[in-house]
Amino acid sequence: MKLTLKVWRQAGPKAQGKIVDYPVSDVSEDMSFLEMLDVLNDDLVRKGDEPIAFDHDCREGICGTCSLFINGEAHGPGRGITTCQLHMRKFKDGDTIYVEPWRAKGFPVIKDLVTNRSSFDRIQAAGGFVSVNTSGNLVDGNAVPIPKQDADKAMDAAACIGCGACVATCPNGSAMLFVAAKVSQFSLLPQGRPEAKRRALAMVEQMDKEGFGNCSNTGACEIECPKEISLEHIARLNREYLVATVTKE
Amino acid sequence: MARQGLFGSSLVKKFWMALTGLFLISFLVVHAAINAQIFWNDGGVTFNKWAHFMGTNVLIRTAEIVLFLGLIAHIVDGLMLWSQNRTARPVKYAAEKGSANRTWYSASMGILGTLLLLFLIMHLWHFWVPSRITGLDEIAGMPGHHDLYIEMVRVFESPVPVVLYVLGCISLYWHLLHGFASAFQSLGINHKRYNPIIKMTGAAFSAVISLLFISMPLAIHFKLLS
Ligand code: SF4
Ligand code: FES
Repeated sequence: MKLTLKVWRQAGPKAQGKIVDYPVSDVSEDMSFLEMLDVLNDDLVRKGDEPIAFDHDCREGICGTCSLFINGEAHGPGRGITTCQLHMRKFKDGDTIYVEPWRAKGFPVIKDLVTNRSSFDRIQAAGGFVSVNTSGNLVDGNAVPIPKQDADKAMDAAACIGCGACVATCPNGSAMLFVAAKVSQFSLLPQGRPEAKRRALAMVEQMDKEGFGNCSNTGACEIECPKEISLEHIARLNREYLVATVTKE
Repeated sequence: MARQGLFGSSLVKKFWMALTGLFLISFLVVHAAINAQIFWNDGGVTFNKWAHFMGTNVLIRTAEIVLFLGLIAHIVDGLMLWSQNRTARPVKYAAEKGSANRTWYSASMGILGTLLLLFLIMHLWHFWVPSRITGLDEIAGMPGHHDLYIEMVRVFESPVPVVLYVLGCISLYWHLLHGFASAFQSLGINHKRYNPIIKMTGAAFSAVISLLFISMPLAIHFKLLS
């Protein structure tokens, strides 16, 4: 396959960026999108040009590091996959493909296609955990009976890999799906209940501080999320937050 | 700016948006039901009776104030959400395929709301201002009773307001189609069993209300009523 890539190039956080055209040939349809970029970078290095910076790590859809807004969609066309799981067979010979970084105030560009997603870490640190007393009186997790349905739902929420596709996709740049997943994975389980109110309040407060937008229920995040996290979790966060706001001391 | 408490945070702004939206929806039901009285085809006698009641009853007039407050809250809250959401993405995408993952109207609530507001200003100017402030012709033999029906006939004689009213109601349709179901989600009501019911009720409600409102200027303009 021969393709034309239109890639966002930006030398540094403060630098002015622009879209640069790169023709690529000999693209196999069995390559992943990231492998295609590897080949292009190889070429660029050989020519003495600066390779395109992009994020990646596990390359099997479990770490959430790869990102990329490809042809107007987070992680490109295809559902329930990350960019490292996107294959070139999704494209046709002669296609022009736009490759851009996540765009959000909470995800500033560091270089080219790499953004700083530490805002997610700060949201998580604000309350996305369960405090455990480790002074020798640990309780066996299996000693607490949990209905299978709740355990499954908590597991679905815990599948969130923190990639940020929800923010990138949302027309409002809202991080609600991520925060909702991180709140739900605990609030559905008895171990998460004692801190549920504080957690919802603190994580939403941090989310707002980071400059993410307000959810308007377009549902775009749910569709582009590689882990297919459901809007149901956003409704749960709305409920938990409302109760916590009204009843907090 | 810290965004917290019962007014500041992003989520609470959404709760208010949902609550005021549902409140305004309840008003639409009353408004549409009373206006539909013109279809008795009795020269507006029944309609004028209801209009007189709505304009003079103390409870209704108090509710009218609450209604305006609700409307203003909905507008101010909406403007705040809209401006924050704009700053949440300082650099736009060169290529963005919104059609892949959302309906156009769910992502256009601000524009639709603005169109509605413009329509509403015109609408209030046509009917609310004369009936409540500047005064209207009285019904022959009934002092103190405004003939709001004749005013409708007068306004919808020329085609320009008729077209603007139809466009206003079309904006209302799309605004409600997202807004109705969205309000439930914002309040945390999302349940596999009830989601389809909420969606269908919202779609039916948006269509019925908008068509009902559209039918009135059309019926009057094309002289389908006596
Ligand atoms: S909710 Fe989905 S899209 Fe958002 S960060 Fe988690 S996995 Fe990524
Ligand atoms: S590189 Fe880990 S999810 Fe894509």
